[in-house]
Amino acid sequence: MQNEKVITAKELTKRFGDFTAVDKITFDVEKGEIFGFLGANGAGKTTAMRMLCGLLLPTSGLATVAGFDVYKKNEQIKKNIGYMSQKFSLYEDLTIAENIRFYAGIYGLSDERIKEKTGSLIKQLHLEGQEKTLVKALPLGWKQKLAFSIAIVHEPAIVFLDEPTGGVDPVTRREFWGLIYEASAGGITIFVTTHYMDEAEYCNRVSVMVDGRIDALDTPANLMKDFSAKSMDEVFLQLARKAVRTGD
Amino acid sequence: MKQFLIFVKKEWLHIWRDRRTLFILIWMPVVQIILYGFALTNEVKNSNIAIFDQSKDEATTTISDEIAASRYFNLVKNVYSYDDIGGTFRQGKIRMAIVFPRNFRYDLLHGNRAQIQLIADASDPNTANTLTNYASAIINDYQQSVNQNEALPYTIKTQVRMLYNPELKGAYSFVPGVMALVLMLVCAMMTSIAIVKEKEMGTMEVILVSPLKPFRIIIAKTIPYLLVSLLNIASILLLSVYVLDVPIVGSLTLLMAESTLFTITSLSIGILISNTAKTQQTAMFMALMSLFLPTLLFSGFLFPIENMPIPLQVISNIVPSKWYYIIVKNIMIKGLGFEAVWKETMILVAMTAALLGISIYKFKIRLA
Repeated sequence: MQNEKVITAKELTKRFGDFTAVDKITFDVEKGEIFGFLGANGAGKTTAMRMLCGLLLPTSGLATVAGFDVYKKNEQIKKNIGYMSQKFSLYEDLTIAENIRFYAGIYGLSDERIKEKTGSLIKQLHLEGQEKTLVKALPLGWKQKLAFSIAIVHEPAIVFLDEPTGGVDPVTRREFWGLIYEASAGGITIFVTTHYMDEAEYCNRVSVMVDGRIDALDTPANLMKDFSAKSMDEVFLQLARKAVRTGD
Repeated sequence: MKQFLIFVKKEWLHIWRDRRTLFILIWMPVVQIILYGFALTNEVKNSNIAIFDQSKDEATTTISDEIAASRYFNLVKNVYSYDDIGGTFRQGKIRMAIVFPRNFRYDLLHGNRAQIQLIADASDPNTANTLTNYASAIINDYQQSVNQNEALPYTIKTQVRMLYNPELKGAYSFVPGVMALVLMLVCAMMTSIAIVKEKEMGTMEVILVSPLKPFRIIIAKTIPYLLVSLLNIASILLLSVYVLDVPIVGSLTLLMAESTLFTITSLSIGILISNTAKTQQTAMFMALMSLFLPTLLFSGFLFPIENMPIPLQVISNIVPSKWYYIIVKNIMIKGLGFEAVWKETMILVAMTAALLGISIYKFKIRLA
């Protein structure tokens, strides 16, 4: 693995009034890595991710994404990242092709490039002949896979996935992770939050957030060794029990 | 710029896919115009009346015929006693009764003095007033025809000329009113809903992460609605000219320019609402409460502002539709030029600038 760092965070903090959502988190993510961002509901994962995406301004601390400072180079960051939100984020009343066209278009891809991308994406997802299907007619699993493919349609350096597999069945989840590995092999860094501990084991490295802090950060194998646990599930439970905050 | 156009196209697809809403957007003004034009009119026509004629002479017959023949009245019953009149009123069959006393013609010709009693149902005071006025006018006409040959020593005759709207058609005042209403509804309500919908769906977040500038997103979302409202204006104007016979006396260009200005005012209100509202329902409710009702009440097209208590008159000044209504009336009905509406135009421009300023400011804060 190369040692190029695509995300760096140093004592990154976000406060909303008296409430410290993210408390001095420090970590790096290397290029091409699949970085798991774990934590119970309300632990501050989404807030941290939003700061990195340029949706929220940090209260203090430092962070760079794709080499750009989150305070000043907000616009540059946006050009270099993809984002898939917790909620399903495609337009249900648009067709598959129209969704691809729209998202590729707002990232400034040329018409030929969009056409090419649409073709390869449809093929990759085995959706041939369904270009003109409205997205709302697709099953949830397909929608999530499509949403992911669209989130990386402009070939960003990093893609942020906010609980991408919520509510998806195990088989589709596995297929989804297949797509993630493919993207990662193509050089895209994956930053993913999840609730599913089996998914955590798919990641190269994971961090576990408790009450806004990062309480553990290592490869899944090392974490299991350190916590003398048989699975990531146990690691997570040991850490999450310390939480003072209750979930949202 | 290309990204911007792609966004506008996407927005257009949303409207296009939602045929039901599009249908409503396009037909709502048409239905409103037709409703106000033919059904909900404040003119009084074909009111049912009864006549109690105790004289049955040439004079009472002539007057009765004149009244029955006029388009304002519809003679439904001849009654033969006061009790009968009371009964018919109570049954709700008539709005007015006319009573001729005994020996009407004789008194008129020989006693120089004859009386007719008009009894009207004043549970609806405006209609009662209008009906008695119409009836009195017909009776006066008859009196004049009787007196025609005799020169009265001193007479004052009033000559009435109804400027701008000689036939006193209600359409002259509600066409501008409906224009204000429709523009408010389409622009402000639909844009606020469209923006809030993206927030609700979670797509707004994804768009905000993209390199698109937030303000461009907002503008792109408003453009299709701007086009729909211009289409609405065109259909309202066509209907009013060709179906309701309300002419556009002034400059069409000026009218369209002012309408575009008001559209932008409404759009900025819509953006402002979308900044605060979290769900589509809230947005719709806010739009209805803050736009629809004030437009109905305070634009002056249903209720004269001059008759309101001073505090309400003051409040009416902050309702943009009031100014637009005045502008449209002046241009369309009175045929006045820009020199007659520049003050109102400046007020609208100032309101728009303020509203847009506030919404841009609030939008930036939300993203920080």
